[in-house]
Amino acid sequence: MKIKPFYLVVAILILSGLALAWVRHTHLHIPFWPGQTKPVWLIEARIDFVAQGKPVMVSLDLPEDPPGFRQVSEQAASPGYGFATVDAPGGRRGEWTRRHAAGGQTLYYKVQMVPDPTGGMNHVPASPPEAAAIYWDELQFTAAQQLLDQAHDRSSTPISFARELIRQLGASDPDQNASLLLTDYPLPTLLMRLLNHAGIPARLSLGLELEDARRYQPLKPVLEIFDAPHWVPIDHRTGVHGLPDNLLLWHRGGHSMMDVTGGSRSEIRFSMIRQTMPAMDLARLQFDEGGLSRMSLYHLPIEEQSVFKLLLLLPVGALVVTFMRLIVGVRTAGTFMPILIALAFLQTSLIRGLIAFVGIVSMGLVLRGYLSRLNLLMVARISTLIVLVIFLTSMVSVLGYELGFNVGLTVTFFPMVIIAWTIERMSILWEEEGSREVLAQGFGSLSVALVAYLFMRTGVVGHLTFNFPEVHLVLLALILVIGQYTGYKLTELKRFGVMEGRK
Amino acid sequence: MWRLPSDLKRQGILGMNRRNVAYISRYNSRAKYPLVDNKLKTKLLAEKFHLATPRLRGVIGYQYEIASFQKTVEQLDGFAIKPAKGAGGKGILVVTDRQGDRFVKASGDTIDTHHIKRHLSNILSGLYSLAGAPDVAIIEDLIRPIEMFEALSYEGVPDIRIIVFRGYPVMAMLRLSTQASDGKANLHKGAVGVGLDIATGHSLHAVQYAKRVTHHPDTNTPLDTIAIPDWRTLLVLAASNFELTGLGYIGADLVVDRDRGPMLLELNARPGLSIQVANGAGLLPRLQIIEQLDPDFSPSAEERVDFSMATFGTELH
Repeated sequence: MKIKPFYLVVAILILSGLALAWVRHTHLHIPFWPGQTKPVWLIEARIDFVAQGKPVMVSLDLPEDPPGFRQVSEQAASPGYGFATVDAPGGRRGEWTRRHAAGGQTLYYKVQMVPDPTGGMNHVPASPPEAAAIYWDELQFTAAQQLLDQAHDRSSTPISFARELIRQLGASDPDQNASLLLTDYPLPTLLMRLLNHAGIPARLSLGLELEDARRYQPLKPVLEIFDAPHWVPIDHRTGVHGLPDNLLLWHRGGHSMMDVTGGSRSEIRFSMIRQTMPAMDLARLQFDEGGLSRMSLYHLPIEEQSVFKLLLLLPVGALVVTFMRLIVGVRTAGTFMPILIALAFLQTSLIRGLIAFVGIVSMGLVLRGYLSRLNLLMVARISTLIVLVIFLTSMVSVLGYELGFNVGLTVTFFPMVIIAWTIERMSILWEEEGSREVLAQGFGSLSVALVAYLFMRTGVVGHLTFNFPEVHLVLLALILVIGQYTGYKLTELKRFGVMEGRK
Repeated sequence: MWRLPSDLKRQGILGMNRRNVAYISRYNSRAKYPLVDNKLKTKLLAEKFHLATPRLRGVIGYQYEIASFQKTVEQLDGFAIKPAKGAGGKGILVVTDRQGDRFVKASGDTIDTHHIKRHLSNILSGLYSLAGAPDVAIIEDLIRPIEMFEALSYEGVPDIRIIVFRGYPVMAMLRLSTQASDGKANLHKGAVGVGLDIATGHSLHAVQYAKRVTHHPDTNTPLDTIAIPDWRTLLVLAASNFELTGLGYIGADLVVDRDRGPMLLELNARPGLSIQVANGAGLLPRLQIIEQLDPDFSPSAEERVDFSMATFGTELH
């Protein structure tokens, strides 16, 4: 009965830890694995125009929540021009301004887009759009009416209606009505007019086909029809609806694509390349959004971040120590000394750390042997040891440096006071229990430190503990569960193994 | 050598984790630990309860009192000096005899007064106590073991460790120091542990370094025919410590003196598990029998000993 609430707490800890991590993963796009990369499209719009020596203003429609993509960063580079993005009623626009300009001008706008199937899906028009009013001359009107009537009979929904129209207009031998209308209008425009005429809201957007390393690409018209609640692109040649993978809708409805005041012969062209970027960097580019991202350690100053990177590894070490002591039954000198050694190894690299640590502790033990003959009081004895340990490390450092090894320099990462205490404990142990026990505990401490080090060094562990601090709730739950373990330690299986079983 | 956990469980072996969670932390209240961790407190309490313990000859609590130590031991040929908070037999100085001005140690070496004064000073400054806390020195009567024990042990006095659970003695062993253990009675240092039958006080099984032995490695005395005299008195003495300390799970260390009979040496609130190896039996079934007894029923120490002797005797012998 007492146990039950305990396991409930453990379950809550584990679930909330995992849930928070999941939310962070889905909302902030922080990858679960380090080193993961994602494709990123870097798109550059180049605007050329000739300025007429008057104040110049160029206003460009910018993609806003394009479906299938997520914007990571944007940047405008144009010497001499002021640049601002404005939230105009028709959508987001970039505005370049300059008091005086003459001759050929070139403006650049760069944007990075990550393919994201969920991107732009939340973007729902505030009120359902209405079909635009369409004017035809009489001949066209009759032809259009007949086409629409046929399509109407063979369809049931706006999309199937559009598909039917496309089939009729795109046939290899279009009928009379279709040929007549096609001579007057290009296919996309004609479809847009016909659909609106039939009372289905339709519009022509401008999209960009993304293909690696293309230059000077124009925007292409894309037919979109409104199928509540979204605008759905429809291929005007095949009738396939939905968004093709590599189509970026740049200009969707609203006002003009580009306005140039004080210039002429304006032209816009696009170049693009496909890059791969670490998913972590991508996530960090978007951290300034507020909400959950506020709770991220990336908002701390860099110096504190690196401190936390180490600190957040400590619970992993604590878990390893708990496991090794309570379940495996390894004896260590000082309960958590192995974690501190493992932390030092992280900064020194393993082999060097081992050499330096074992070296300094054994030299310290020799000196401590002499100290014990002096019959000092304990505090004075440990203080003496601290001074000696610092002497030893500086000697090792200087000697190592002079001899050209940089082994010596890394010993400074070891916690001096901990080493002094370790020496003190080992020495007392030696006197009380003999060298066997010293070796057993020394070996135990080092092997626990080694296991903790291997865990802490693993990229995934460092990545998860720092980017998903909530995984510590799971660690906490595991430690709590181990704390309830009343079974045999692994080493006890051997310790009591000598007792022959009785029938 | 290695055994399956299910094997150990069937044999009723108590493991470290289980001992800590299910017995020590459940039955031993922290507040009462100082009673057993401080030998002086244990001793005074034992005297108050009229339990036999080596007679206290003097306590030295301050450096200036060291000068007067000679007056304390004037009448004594042999005595023991112990730190009150020492652990694992550290800092214990045993004087067995005098040679003129000098004192003879258990090992046969002789030392002078100056040496003893320095030892006392070290004890007071906390050299032997846990974490170096200031300590007091106890001077008490020397224990002179009965002849039978003298033949059994190398240097030190053999002592009897009895696990007392809620006042019931549940398991016992005789600990014999050896050359390997440096005269100390700690099993992991190489002392010999002899499991004792709770019903009779006869030896069951002897181990050294967790291996079975039949003879004492130094004195070559056979270990399978030991019978502890005054067994019931020893058990009653051990069982009485429950009333004394209020601790539910303790290890009582007893000795048998040539003149004064069974005496309480010290108590331990975290007794080790090796006693199971020495007995060739697990503690768990016995502890569970005691746990099933009605806690409201509180029999006297004699009654508890009778219950234990009737219940935990080993038929094999």
